[in-house]
Amino acid sequence: MHLINQMKLEFLSIPANVAFARVTVAAFASQIDYTLSDLEEIKVAVSEAVGNSIIHGYENAPDRFVRIYATLTADTLEIRVEDDGRGIEDIGKALQPAFSTDAERLGLGFVFMHSFMDSLKVDSTPGRGTIVTMSKRVGSGVMQVGTEQ
Amino acid sequence: MRLELEQLQNTLIVRLNGDLDLGIADHLRSTLDEALDNQPVRNIILNLAGVSFIDSSVLGVLLGRYKRVMKTGGKVCIVEPQPQVRKILELSGLLRIMDEFPGEAVALENIG
Repeated sequence: MHLINQMKLEFLSIPANVAFARVTVAAFASQIDYTLSDLEEIKVAVSEAVGNSIIHGYENAPDRFVRIYATLTADTLEIRVEDDGRGIEDIGKALQPAFSTDAERLGLGFVFMHSFMDSLKVDSTPGRGTIVTMSKRVGSGVMQVGTEQ
Repeated sequence: MRLELEQLQNTLIVRLNGDLDLGIADHLRSTLDEALDNQPVRNIILNLAGVSFIDSSVLGVLLGRYKRVMKTGGKVCIVEPQPQVRKILELSGLLRIMDEFPGEAVALENIG
């Protein structure tokens, strides 16, 4: 597939950068024909992935780095979110709803990523970090809600 | 995020605005807990009309406050979420435990 654009983004593991990351990726993605609803869904997926890196990967340490790689082809955005944090022991369990190591968190991060993107892959090595790779096609219409667009 | 609190009898009305994510989750949690500590609150009305974005970190905060008022027989209800926010609330299951109303007045009538 013809490559349209690529980007790399690296930023500190602080909560303020969750908004920076999602807005940047959404602006990048808007170079191809996503609907506003698609872009909202991409924003949620990026927020969840970056939030996981900060909270679970780095356990809120503010001096580490999260990296995002994004690739645009004519009809697809692929996003890779990486951290060098503590990793996930049991990925299968982490992908289930309501699994969370913190009582107040809902364990919904991966559920949202899975629902809003067309593909989701999680690679992790305990003690080394986690790589979340996800993609979304234009016009895939993952969830139809309302009459937007 | 802009946050406005109003207490009407035993109901706390919380008007939220802007993008709600991990960046504001701690601030939102402590502000709501302080309000719940200092006033006799039975029910909470969350007015989300001005909220343009929400993610699971903030849903966790809202669920935590729901559990807190539920212990004393209270309710949490949601007012006017925008479509993209409503979609998240629905997918998370929060709309199954929190009633949704088209405005604060209707919510107040139904919650008491």
